[in-house]
Amino acid sequence: MQNAGRTTEVAAPPRTASAWTGFATLLYKELLRFWKVGFQTVAAPVLTSLLYLLIFGHVLEGRVQVYDRLSYTAFLVPGLVMMSMLQNAFANSSSSLIQSKVTGNLVFVLLTPLSHVEFFGAYVVAALVRGLAVGAGVLAVTLPFASVPVEHPFWAAGFALGGCAILGTMGLLAGIWAEKFDQLAAFQGFVIMPLTFLAGVFYSIHSLPPFWERVSRLNPFFYMIDGFRYGFFGVSDVDPLASLAIVGVFLAGLAAITLGLLKTGYRLRH
Amino acid sequence: MVAAIEIRGLAKRYGALQALAGVDLEIPRGEFFGLLGPNGAGKTTLISILAGLARADSGSARVLGHDVVADYRAARRLLGVVPQELVFDPFFTVRETLAIQSGYYGLRANGAWIDEVMHHLDLTSKADANMRTLSGGMKRRVLIAQALVHRPPVIVLDEPTAGVDVELRQGLWEFVRRLNRDGHTVVLTTHYIEEAETLCDRIAMLKAGRIVALDATAELIRRFHALYLRVRLEGAVPDRLARRAVAAEAGRHTFRLDEYAEVETALAELRAAGARILEMELVQPDLEEVFVQIMRGAGPPDAERRAHH
Repeated sequence: MQNAGRTTEVAAPPRTASAWTGFATLLYKELLRFWKVGFQTVAAPVLTSLLYLLIFGHVLEGRVQVYDRLSYTAFLVPGLVMMSMLQNAFANSSSSLIQSKVTGNLVFVLLTPLSHVEFFGAYVVAALVRGLAVGAGVLAVTLPFASVPVEHPFWAAGFALGGCAILGTMGLLAGIWAEKFDQLAAFQGFVIMPLTFLAGVFYSIHSLPPFWERVSRLNPFFYMIDGFRYGFFGVSDVDPLASLAIVGVFLAGLAAITLGLLKTGYRLRH
Repeated sequence: MVAAIEIRGLAKRYGALQALAGVDLEIPRGEFFGLLGPNGAGKTTLISILAGLARADSGSARVLGHDVVADYRAARRLLGVVPQELVFDPFFTVRETLAIQSGYYGLRANGAWIDEVMHHLDLTSKADANMRTLSGGMKRRVLIAQALVHRPPVIVLDEPTAGVDVELRQGLWEFVRRLNRDGHTVVLTTHYIEEAETLCDRIAMLKAGRIVALDATAELIRRFHALYLRVRLEGAVPDRLARRAVAAEAGRHTFRLDEYAEVETALAELRAAGARILEMELVQPDLEEVFVQIMRGAGPPDAERRAHH
């Protein structure tokens, strides 16, 4: 073969490759993706939450008393922060994956040596960052409208991280499963929205009739919001430790399913 | 020496479609290899399995000795694939796209090589342009650059010149040829058979998920002894010769002959029938001819036998 003499020159690809770089790059790409359009991915949801606070706060202030010595607007703030974090964490991983699938550029990731664990990690961490960025934005714009105490910041942070990780994972699952944008929209409309709205963002489940209170306890989103609220008010419907355990178990279960699907290449590698 | 690509008994079914029906193939290092076949023959499926984009039902594939499933990280590091579809990420510029692609392979400071690849593919002036703003031909070049960022010793190009203008096609082949001269193994699928004929050392022809011909390009053509005699005539064609006609219109006839000795006989028959020859031409088969014959299932017996061994 005429090339034989030079083959060795290219036989060894660069050895400078680092194990972390692959993961870090995919994470960076996922972060850049939403940051480049931050006006719609961060600013818009912050504005939406502010509108919720102003409208619901205005209408219901003085009519609804959830906890003693706490105005309804103040009660609403942590719920809105958590709701926007959850929705945006879900939106980030799900829309990124479905866009890459539909446009076909997911192939650039699938061709590389990245493992299913790195893939999972990068998408979920990016979703987490987007969720937290939106949450911080919502908190910043809503705080001037109510005096909200922060009793246990670490509890709040723990539930924020857990909740965003769960929704980031659910977004990844939905993105893997969906093959078209409207399937994803259906998932968002029929699963994510009902679960968040019925999780007690706008009310305490103690104000519900007993039957609906029991139903609410089946909703894992309820524990995220209730636990997060405990971080602010030091009061909650459920013991925060129990909520944290439920959030942890739910996250572990979802992560295991998602990692399993990614490993087999379900709907990604044909 | 371990083969660049080694495929054993590869089979893949999509529903009712048997995309690959047991393919064995070995491509040595440094070769410029062509994979030809009509649409749906299994070319892209074969490449997808090699690249890890699809999973085989049975059989195995290795890149420089590394199994594409069991040892996928090593296999993918050694492989550069230019996909057929013109895909891109609209969020990024050309340079960002290439830097990100390098990062996926674990390469951090790859700027010098990225600049070199962009230079060779005439992309330097577009380095900071968003992918969305590029023409189809430019996007195709970026796809090729993306496949090369990690300097893979084995490069697979799936229909890289589909829908690309002539000028770019020439430049592209010049570049791929140079990569091959530098020692890269190149595997190419294309619809332009004359491209395969001029570029490829060896060719496999796929039909309905099977390899139906596999040989050195020149050998493949040589094994088709067929020879064509084209004439423009005044007068009638004798019956015996008319049976050999493959085309005839307005005094122009093409006859298929098996060997040169038959030229003399054919001319004698024409003379005996009183036909006057106005123009005459002898045509050797080219790869396109061989391709058409093989796809019709009319290959010479030795070609069929060899392909199925």
